[in-house]
Formats: sequence, C-alpha cells, structure tokens
Amino acid sequence: MIENRPWLTLVSHLSLLFGIALVALPVWVALVASTHPTEAFGSGQIPLWFGDQLSENWGQVLFSSAGNGIDVPVWLMMLNSLIMALGITIGKIAISIISAYAIVFFRFPLRGLAFWVIFITLMLPVEVRIVPTYEVVANLELLNSYSGLVLPLIASATATFLFRQCFMTVPGELVEAARIDGAGPIRFFFDILLPLSRTNIAALFVIMFIYGWNQYLWPLIVTTDDAYYTLVMSIKRMLSVEQGDVQWNQVMVTTLLAMLPPVAVVVGMQKLFVKGLVDAEK
Amino acid sequence: MSVAFPQRRLPYLLLLPQLVITFVFFLWPAEQAIEQAFYQEDAFGLSREFVGLENFYALWDNPQYFTSIQVTMVFSFSVALLGMGLALWFAVMADRVIRGKLAYQTLLIWPYAVTPALAGVLWWILFDPSMGPVALWLKTIGVDWNHFLNGDQAMILVVISATWKQISYNFLFFLAGLQAIPRSLIEAAAIDGAGPFKRFWTIVFPLLSPTSFFLLVVNLVYAFFDTFGVIDATTQGGPGVSTATMVYKVFNDGFIGLDLGGSAAQSVVLMLLVGAMTVVQFKYIERKVQY
Repeated sequence: MIENRPWLTLVSHLSLLFGIALVALPVWVALVASTHPTEAFGSGQIPLWFGDQLSENWGQVLFSSAGNGIDVPVWLMMLNSLIMALGITIGKIAISIISAYAIVFFRFPLRGLAFWVIFITLMLPVEVRIVPTYEVVANLELLNSYSGLVLPLIASATATFLFRQCFMTVPGELVEAARIDGAGPIRFFFDILLPLSRTNIAALFVIMFIYGWNQYLWPLIVTTDDAYYTLVMSIKRMLSVEQGDVQWNQVMVTTLLAMLPPVAVVVGMQKLFVKGLVDAEK
Repeated sequence: MSVAFPQRRLPYLLLLPQLVITFVFFLWPAEQAIEQAFYQEDAFGLSREFVGLENFYALWDNPQYFTSIQVTMVFSFSVALLGMGLALWFAVMADRVIRGKLAYQTLLIWPYAVTPALAGVLWWILFDPSMGPVALWLKTIGVDWNHFLNGDQAMILVVISATWKQISYNFLFFLAGLQAIPRSLIEAAAIDGAGPFKRFWTIVFPLLSPTSFFLLVVNLVYAFFDTFGVIDATTQGGPGVSTATMVYKVFNDGFIGLDLGGSAAQSVVLMLLVGAMTVVQFKYIERKVQY
C-alpha cells in the first residue's frame, strides 16, 4: 500500500462486490427458477425467491428423464460428458507429450516438417471446417460413438508446444548422465521426464478437462442417438421444443448441473487452473 | 537441445499418433473444404461440377455475406472492449485491496468454466420478454425489450452473454500484468505528488499496453470462433440475420441450407482469417520474449 486512502479502499471493495454480484446474478436466478413448479413460469414473472420443488425437480431431471423431449436422465448424459471430457484430456496429453518428446530429444529427417504439420492444427478450429470434418467422421462410421466424440478433438498444437517448451529447459547433462548410466529413451522418458513435468501435466489437465467438458458444436452434430447425448449440447435440444412448451425449471436444473463439474474444478484447483491458463497462452 | 538419443525409428513411432489424427481430422477435411469451394454440388450430393471461383464470386455478390461480416465485427469488438473494460476495472480494484483478495479472485473467475452456450441460456431467461426479471424491470423504466423482434436487442443480449464468461479470463491476465509493475515506480510517482488517478493514467495504463494488446487478439479470436454456442443456443442468428456471425453462417449454410460449395468457400475465407490472426499472435509473442 502506497498511501492510506480509506475512501478509495471502500470504493475498491464496493466495485469488487458489484462485480461478484454481476457475475453471480444469472446463476442465482437459475437456482431460484429450478425450485419452482412448471406452472410458476406461465404466470408472467420468474419468482424471485426459492420455491418448494427443489428435490422434485432435481430428482426428476437427474434420475428419470431430462424432459423437454429428451428421454434419458441427466446422470447418463453426465456420464457421457465425463467420458468425452476425460477421453479428450487424456488423449491430448498422451499424444502431445510423446510427440513433443520426439521433437525435442531426437534428431531425424523431416523433424521441421512434422513440427509444422502439428502447428497447422492450431489454425483450424473445428467450427471453421465443420462440414468436411463431419463427412470424414461419417465415412469412418464414427457417428454416435465415443470415438467419434473424442478422436477429432484430441490433436492439440497447444499442448505439444507447452511440452516442447518445458522439455527444452531440461539440461543436456541430465540426458548425458542418463545415457552413461545405461538408460535408453523409454526409460529416460518414464523415470526422469514424466516426474519432471508433473505440474505441467496437472495444469494442462485442468484446462483440457474444462475444454473437453464444454464441447458444444461437435457433440451436437455427431450424436443423434439420445444415449450418446452430452450434457452441454442437450440444452440445445431441450430448448428446441415449441416455444411456450419449454419447461424452464427442468432446463435450469440441467444447465446448473452441466456447469457444476468444470466450475468445481476451477474453484477447487485454482492454482493449477491459473498456471494452466497462463502456460497455454505462451 | 544439443544432446539427443541416437534411435532412428523411435521418433517416428512417437509422432505417429499425433500425425495420424492431424491428417485424418484436420488436413484431410481442410483439403476437402478447399476442394469443395471450387465445385457446385446438388443438394443430394449425387453430382458435382467444377465451377472455378464461382462460389467466391457468389459470396462477393451476396449482400447477406457482407451483413454477416458486419455482424461479426460489431459483435467481436463489443465483446472484446466491454469484457476488457470491466475486467480492467475489477483488476485495478482487486490489486488495491489487501483483505480478501483471494476470495474476490475466486468469486470473479469461476464463470471461465461455463461454456458460452450455457452462458447464453442463463442470460436468455433473465431477458425473456414475458417472464425475465431484467426484461420486466426494463419495461418499468420504459424500455420495451423483445429480442425476438428487435435485432439490436438480440445483439446486445448475445454480447452480454459472451462477455460475461470472458471477464474472468481478462481479469486474471490484467491482475498478473498489474502485479508485474514494479512498486518502486509507483512509489516514486506518489512521492512526487501524483494521486491515484494520475498514476493510473500516466504509469499503470501505458505499462499494461502489452497485456492489453495480447488480450485484444485473444478476445477477438474468442469472439470469432468460440462463441458459436451462444448464438446457436439462443438467437440462432435471428431475428432475421441480425446475429448471424460468419462462423454461424458456415454452419447454417452447410448443414441447414445444404449449400456445400458456398459453405466451403466461407470456410476457406475463415481459414485465411484464422491464419492471419495466428501470425499476429505469434509475431507479438516473439516480441514479448525479447523484452
């Protein structure tokens, strides 16, 4: 603190409280809306205080059916989301860590080319090439399958760059020492490199999990079978019933449940999350 | 790295999974999009005919495409500037307080985890013309809110939804930028008699310009490509085409309009755009490394 200005300090606190209220407002209303019966929404205004249908609404959506034209319960879609998120996260980390290893610790022809090919994936977000990617996945008969949900999303230039950056700081003496002691590349990778990159892997895991869980467009077009619906994309299907027939209380429960896991990850692993966010942008 | 392992086949094996995925799901589709952009296909996909640059000319002559470029620009710059403005304000405030800093940070950053589609749904219900609390409140002060009919209001709504989620990200980077400014500089200014406002505008703000530029690029990329969910889950480009951004139009023309050639031509335009933005981002980052 440079100088003591109580008024300015008060303004700071008030501003921050305003910010917190601003970001929390929609979630508060969603929470309130999720505790009312369906009829409450026809009468003109969303009630501003909690109703008494909390356990009924949440129980029904979680365990029997999500409503609004979707017959499967939310727990099943949560499971699908979890499989997709973990598949994307683990897949991305696994394939990028070994390719970064190859690029940094080996000399071979076409090394530069391989690096550029990976780099290009950074330039092509799935939204941009959506139609042909769909056709490729359809040709491979991967529609309505977990592989179809996960595989097209696991190539990641960001993760490869991050691991490359991290591996380049490993001193050459370490590699020499390992070789003199008779460790081959596989042994070196598992016994020295992996333990060294533990924090990086964890930080990346947090970021990629959020990325994977929040996928929207891709699951929306590759799944037509309720059994493979993920939670985030199901919102769209729930809202596409006839206007006026939307059961807002159920939609709100689903929305809150869909955002709960990634929010919990951010709040619970804040340090790793911040590190991952900053690293991923380098 | 000067020291390397001597194996000759192992590195190819290690690169194989990444390269296979890249070829099958990135390069092949991208190549198809480029090829498709030069063909005209009938809606059933039975036959196609080479038309050269016809699809691009059609795009150029299509006033709707220019509308979508305009919509994208208005949307992206609004999201970037609004989000950065609010985040800078909160970050400066958070940098001042001593008590409860971590709690404030936690309570401000969690929306990062909410995907744009869900953010859209949350704000959608708040502004619902017949039952949303905010819309009803606006009615009492004389604003007739109906984003189903009014294109400008629909735009405001998607901007708010997309910005809400992005404040957290900007906040974290601004806070880190503020904490990197040497205290001695600010103390020296204070001793010379500069008050908090003067210090902010003459020292802090200029020193934040690298952070701000970086965030501007990141936010524009976010608004261009990651906000598809907000628009698709809420307005679906409407009313009319008043919120149909370029990315939404690629999807809409390809999957719903079944105009594959036109959609592919738009994909190619977008790829060039992402390429240019990526180059800007990297150029900038290289420069940052130098200081």
